[in-house]
Amino acid sequence: MHPAPSVILFTVLSGLGFGFLALLGLGALPVSGWGAFTCWGLGYALAVAGLLASTFHLGHPERAWRAFSQWRSSWLSREGVSAVLTLLVLAPMALSDWLDLGFGRWIGVLGAGLCAVTVLSTAMIYTQLRSVPRWNHWLTPVTFLCFAATGAAILAVRLPWAYGLCAVLALVLLAGWRVGDGAFARAGQTIGSATGLDRLGRAEIFEPAHTAGNYLLREMIYVVGRRHVAKLRVIALVFACILPVALLAALPVHLASVLATAAHLLGAFAARWLFFAEAEHVVGLYYGKR
Amino acid sequence: MTTLPQTTGKKLGLVIDLDTCVGCQACVTACKGWNDQDQGRVKGLSDQDPYGAAPSGTFLNRVHSYQVTPETGPAQIVTFPRSCLHCEDAPCVTVCPTGASFKRAEDGIVLVNEDACIGCGLCAWACPYGAREMDAAQGVMKKCTLCVDRIYNDHLPEEDREPACVRTCPTGARHFGDFADPDSAVSRLSADRGGYALMPDLKTKPVNRYLPPRKKGAAQAAPLAPLLEIRASGFAGWLDRVLGKI
Ligand code: SF4
Ligand code: SF4
Ligand code: SF4
Repeated sequence: MHPAPSVILFTVLSGLGFGFLALLGLGALPVSGWGAFTCWGLGYALAVAGLLASTFHLGHPERAWRAFSQWRSSWLSREGVSAVLTLLVLAPMALSDWLDLGFGRWIGVLGAGLCAVTVLSTAMIYTQLRSVPRWNHWLTPVTFLCFAATGAAILAVRLPWAYGLCAVLALVLLAGWRVGDGAFARAGQTIGSATGLDRLGRAEIFEPAHTAGNYLLREMIYVVGRRHVAKLRVIALVFACILPVALLAALPVHLASVLATAAHLLGAFAARWLFFAEAEHVVGLYYGKR
Repeated sequence: MTTLPQTTGKKLGLVIDLDTCVGCQACVTACKGWNDQDQGRVKGLSDQDPYGAAPSGTFLNRVHSYQVTPETGPAQIVTFPRSCLHCEDAPCVTVCPTGASFKRAEDGIVLVNEDACIGCGLCAWACPYGAREMDAAQGVMKKCTLCVDRIYNDHLPEEDREPACVRTCPTGARHFGDFADPDSAVSRLSADRGGYALMPDLKTKPVNRYLPPRKKGAAQAAPLAPLLEIRASGFAGWLDRVLGKI
């Protein structure tokens, strides 16, 4: 699949944003006054920036409001609805922390639950697709949720939680790659089943259906850069999980927060780029490409 | 609404006969030609750089060609038209966030309301068959309409009220009809010839059926062998005998 920068930015930033908002909602980072304003503002900024980035790849961003209508059937719609709902529900909690209004923590807990639903919905957009076997696995939502939780714990310097979550994220990433590498083969679709010509014998491409490129080849059959998969996996692991632990352990809190989060984000971008670039769509079978 | 109808009154779709398809691409051209007409706010199928170095365009139907090698015997070329299968459990419809993609309850045709489409592309990701292409100029999703603007069109002569690709196919390899009716021509054709669905494991329940190429007995001998048997006569025969003796 084509790794569109806007979608990578969106999923990574909004994941971190909603993770951090959940942490603030739960009251896991005691904040008050202008400190609270800054923290909540940062959470909102990340979440909103991510959502805005997601509209950049639309053909008609001005119609984006329509995407709130089909929550009964569509995960993409559910994601939009839960994102907006989360931001609304958490607003009084943010105000309360900032201005010391003393609202009940239950609002924040409810909002944290909605944060999880939002991140889950984002992941389900990909997980639901049988046409992309690598994504069609429960490890996809687990990975997205782990990224959100880990990023938030690093940003808020919640120790030792951040250490534990980094370790869990590393294991989940490794498991995801392990399982994902065999997913296409396990799904069992071949050029023979795609065309039904397996009834006759072994099918191969004779000549391409069209000599020019098209949307399918550009969007679904993205093969550029898979050469560097091994290197990128190491980069993702080191930056998203290992380096943050070292930085958090070695540096004073504020510096650690900034540098460890920056490292983690870099790793998260690499992992998300791989998430798209490595995913193979079954339509590639018609073209003899994956 | 992007929830799917429980059942559809009719199940309109195509039978594509891989035995008679010769890969002439006439259906590709006819489909593009018919659907490239601007109709009010719905625009045709755009092309990018059509006469330049890197042409690319939006098509609703494409014809592939494959080489199939059986266990024994020589390989065979199969040309393979690919368009929307108007699936009963169309994943392209349920993923759509805006309700632009829908399946009609009356006849099962899967369509896109281009006025509501935000061009997110998720439906094309969900389709396993590559039946949807985003129009790069208009930013909306395009797909086979089963020529809904022909099949019910009273302004067309009766014989033209079928999809453009079906109407144009010079070998009659594409057939249009109602699969909900077990006695329709398409249902019987599919039953007689072992019509099959593409990638049924993906649980999309395609309506369209493909007819496999008929098994042709393996050629008994090399096709040029009989030519070796020809005995020359007259002057050529004399020359043959003389040269044979030298
Ligand atoms: S072939 Fe693809 S576009 Fe057509 S109904 Fe099935 S899933 Fe949808
Ligand atoms: S591209 Fe259009 S039709 Fe397809 S899922 Fe998005 S809004 Fe729906
Ligand atoms: S039915 Fe119409 S829109 Fe669909 S492939 Fe045939 S000509 Fe194209």
